[in-house]
Amino acid sequence: MSTNAGSRPDIQSSRLEDEDYSKNFSDIHPPLSKHEAFVEADRCYFCYDAPCTVACPTSIDIPMFIRQIAADNPKGSAKTIFEQNILGGMCARVCPTETLCEQACVREEAEGKPVKIGLLQRFATDHLLEDGDKIFKRAALTGKRVAVVGAGPAGLSCAHRLAMHGHDVVVYDAREKAGGLNEYGIAAYKSVDNFAQKEVEFLLSIGGITIENGNRLGETISLADLRQNFDAVFLGMGLAGINALRAEGEDLDGVVDAVSYIADLRQATDLSKISVGRKVVVIGGGMTAVDAAVQTKLLGAEEVTILYRRGKEQMNASEYEQELAQTNGVTIRHWIKPNKLIGEDGKVVAIECEYTESKNGSLSGTGETLTLEADMVFKAIGQNFVAAPLNGSAEAIELDSGRIRVDENRRTSLGDVWAGGDCIAGGEDLTVAAVEDGKVAAEAINDVLSA
Amino acid sequence: MADISCNFLGIKSPNPYWLASAPPTDKEYNVVRAFEAGWGGVVWKTLGEGDPVVNVNGPRYGAIHGPDRRLLGLNNIELITDRSLETNLEEITRVKKNWPDRALIVSLMVPCEEQSWIDILKRVEETGCDGVELNFGCPHGMSERGMGAAVGQVPEYVEMVTRWCKTHSDLPVIVKLTPNISDIRQSARAAHRGGADAVSLINTINSIVSIDLDAMAPNPTVDGKGTHGGYCGPAVKPIALSMVSEIARDPETHGLPISGIGGVTTWKDAAEFMALGSGSVQVCTAAMTYGFKIIEELNAGLSNWMDEQGYDKLDDFIGRAVPNVTDWQYLNLNYIAKAKIDQDACIKCGRCHIACEDTSHQAITSMVDGVRKFEVIDDECVGCNLCVSVCPVEDCITMEQMTEGSDPRTNKPIDPDYANWTTHPNNPSAVKAAE
Repeated sequence: MSTNAGSRPDIQSSRLEDEDYSKNFSDIHPPLSKHEAFVEADRCYFCYDAPCTVACPTSIDIPMFIRQIAADNPKGSAKTIFEQNILGGMCARVCPTETLCEQACVREEAEGKPVKIGLLQRFATDHLLEDGDKIFKRAALTGKRVAVVGAGPAGLSCAHRLAMHGHDVVVYDAREKAGGLNEYGIAAYKSVDNFAQKEVEFLLSIGGITIENGNRLGETISLADLRQNFDAVFLGMGLAGINALRAEGEDLDGVVDAVSYIADLRQATDLSKISVGRKVVVIGGGMTAVDAAVQTKLLGAEEVTILYRRGKEQMNASEYEQELAQTNGVTIRHWIKPNKLIGEDGKVVAIECEYTESKNGSLSGTGETLTLEADMVFKAIGQNFVAAPLNGSAEAIELDSGRIRVDENRRTSLGDVWAGGDCIAGGEDLTVAAVEDGKVAAEAINDVLSA
Repeated sequence: MADISCNFLGIKSPNPYWLASAPPTDKEYNVVRAFEAGWGGVVWKTLGEGDPVVNVNGPRYGAIHGPDRRLLGLNNIELITDRSLETNLEEITRVKKNWPDRALIVSLMVPCEEQSWIDILKRVEETGCDGVELNFGCPHGMSERGMGAAVGQVPEYVEMVTRWCKTHSDLPVIVKLTPNISDIRQSARAAHRGGADAVSLINTINSIVSIDLDAMAPNPTVDGKGTHGGYCGPAVKPIALSMVSEIARDPETHGLPISGIGGVTTWKDAAEFMALGSGSVQVCTAAMTYGFKIIEELNAGLSNWMDEQGYDKLDDFIGRAVPNVTDWQYLNLNYIAKAKIDQDACIKCGRCHIACEDTSHQAITSMVDGVRKFEVIDDECVGCNLCVSVCPVEDCITMEQMTEGSDPRTNKPIDPDYANWTTHPNNPSAVKAAE
C-alpha cells in the first residue's frame, strides 16, 4: 500500500442506517434462556476442588452456583456469586473467561468445550438484579468511616464489603457517574442496556455508601484531608495517563486516544453522532486496541487495522478477543511499529511503519518500512499511573514500577491507606482482579478498624 | 442378515416388537399407522364390559425429565378404552384381516365373575385375533373397582381368572402382571398354575411423579387434586429386568414364555429383556415420546448386533443371560478386582476421589507429589465400582481383576478357586465341607 496523496481524510458520523447501529451494538452474547441454562448447567461435573474456582481471581464457588442453577434456585446461585464478587454481573460479561475459569474447566481438557461459566454466571446474576431482592444486610453499625477514591470496580467492591461490615463509606469519583471503566471503558456490545449503572444501583442498595461524583484527587480532595477526616482510605483511581506513541506527528488531527474514544462511545445516546474514519489504524495489542478496532468497524469504518509491534502470542488481548476482531473484519498485523504519522493540512492521512523483530528478547526495527493510509489513528498502547495528585499534599506513598506498592492485604506504605485495581503494582489489569483487590482490602481494613 | 422374525406361543410377527396395550393401540387409525411403520404386533388397548369407562378431561400424564427435557419417566391416570366394545371389536376384526402377518393380541379387563369373562372371550374370539392378554396390572382407577392390579395382587384371583379363560377359550392367554407386589414370582406361579400360556411384565408402577409446590398437589393435577398413576418409561427398566429375571430363573416358572415390558427405548433394551428370557418385547413410552418411526432403529439395531454376534435368529440368544443371574450368596468371594484410572483419559474432575473419600473407602488420592492427581490406593480399594459409576469419562476407570499375588488390602493371597458365602467361615449357617 502506498500513500495516495490525492485522498482526503474522511472522518464522519452517520455512516450507517439507523437500524444498523442497534444491530451492530446489540448484546454480543445474548443471555441464556432458562432452558438453555438448565442444559448448560447439567454439563458441569461439580468437580472436587474445582479448577475453575481456583482459576477465578475472586474464588467464586463456581460448581456450587451452577448446581444451584440446575436445581432451579437462581437466587441462591446469585448469592453464591455475589458473596465472592459483588460485581459478578459485569464480570460475567467482561471477564476473559477463556483464560480464567473456562480455560481451567475439565471439559476444556476433555473435549475443548468448557462449561459456559460466564453465561451461566450472567443468568444467575441477571435474575437477582431483575428481581431486586436484597440479599446482603449490614452488620451492626460501627461508627467508623472510610473514604474510597474511585468508584470503579475496586472502589465499589471495597465500599460494599465495608458497608456490609457496618462501616460508613464515602466514595469520591472524578467522573459524573460511578462505575469507572465498567461505565466508561469496555466495548458497548458487552454491557448493553445501561447495565453498569444498574449494577451500581444494586450494589448501593445495601446502604451506608455515599458517592460523591465530580471529585478528583489533588483538586477537590486531597489524600492528607481524607486521612485526617476518615478512619481509613482506599485508593482505587485507576490509570489516568495515556502512554504516548513517541512517534512524530502525534498531535495531528485524527490521532485519537482510544480510551477517551471508547468512553465517548459508551456515553453516546445516539451512536450515529460518533465520527469515525474511513481507514482506521489502531496501535496496540490489548483489550483497548480490540475494543477500539471492533467498534470503529461496527460504526462503519471501511478498513480497520490493528498494528502490534510483537507477535500474536504476546498480545494482551486474549485469543478470543483477537478472533472477535477478525470475525468483525479487523485486520491484525504483527511485528510492525509506527515510525511517524504523515499529515496534510494538520490532519493525519497515513502512517509510516517499520517491521520489527525480536532478538534475544529485545525488540528492534528491521529497517524495512511500509506506509498505510489512515484518516484516523488510535493510540492504544497502554495507560500509566499518574502519581502527582497523590503525593502533592502529603507524605509520599511508595511506588513500585510507577504504580502504588501494596502488601498482600493491599495495604500501602501508609498504615491507614489501602489501594487496589489498576493503580497498584503487580497483577493483571482485569475487572475481576480489581474486585478482588477491593474485597481483600475491605477485609483488612475491617480487621484493623475492629481491632 | 439375521432373522428377527418372532414366534411367540405360535403367534408370528416379522419382529419381536409389539406395541403394548395403551393409548397407541386404542383404535384402528393408530394401529394401522404402527403397522405401516413396521411394528411387529400390537396388544390392543384393554377392552371392558358394559358402558365404556370415562376418563378425566384434564391432564392424564405426568413426567420426569432430564435437564434437556429428555423424558425419563412417564406416569398416567388414563383408564382402559373409553370407546364402545362394538367399535373396538369391529376395528380389531378389520385390522387383523388386513394385516394377517402381524401379531394382534387383545387386552381384557372385566369384573372377577366367570360369566363376564365367558361373554367377552366369545366376542373377542370372533375377531380372529391371535390371543388375549389379561390386564391384571393397571394400578390406578380400575383397581378401585376391583379390577386390574386389584386382581393381580392376589395370586388366587390370578390363578382363578386365568383358569376361566383357558377353560372357556382356545386363544393363547398371556397374563400381564403388576409390579406392585412384594414378590413377582407369586403372581407368575399363580398364572402358571391357572394354565397361562405366557406372562407379560411389567405393568406400570404406582407412582406420584412430582408435587406441584405452588399448588401443593400431585402432578398431574386435576382441578387442584391428583392421584397416583402408573409409572413407565426408561426409568422403570431396571425394575422390569429384575422381575423378568426372577420369573425366568424360578424353577416353578422356568420356561414359561415371557413378553418383556418396561422402558424399552432402543434395540439394546430389547436385547437385554430377551437375554433374560423374553420371547417378545412390548413398547409404549418410547413410541409415545418419539412416534412410531423408532421401529426402524429397533429393527436395524437388533439385526446389526445379531450379525456382529453371529446370532442367526432370536432363539439363538433368548434366555442366554438367565443362567448368569444368581443369588448374592453364590457370587465368588475369591474374585478380587481393583479400580484402575487411565491417567491419559482422566480429566481431573476429582469426582472419583470425593465420592470415595466422603462416602466410601478413602481409596483414591487427590494429590500426588503436590500435583492434582487421582490414583487408586490398592491397599484400600475394595473394588466397589462407585468410582467407575461416577466418572464422567467412559472407560477412564476400569475394574481390573487380580489373578495372582496377594490382595494388598487384606494381604491374603489370591485364591483361584471359587468360594461363596454358603461356605464362608463367617456365615453361621455355612455348609461344612465334608471332612
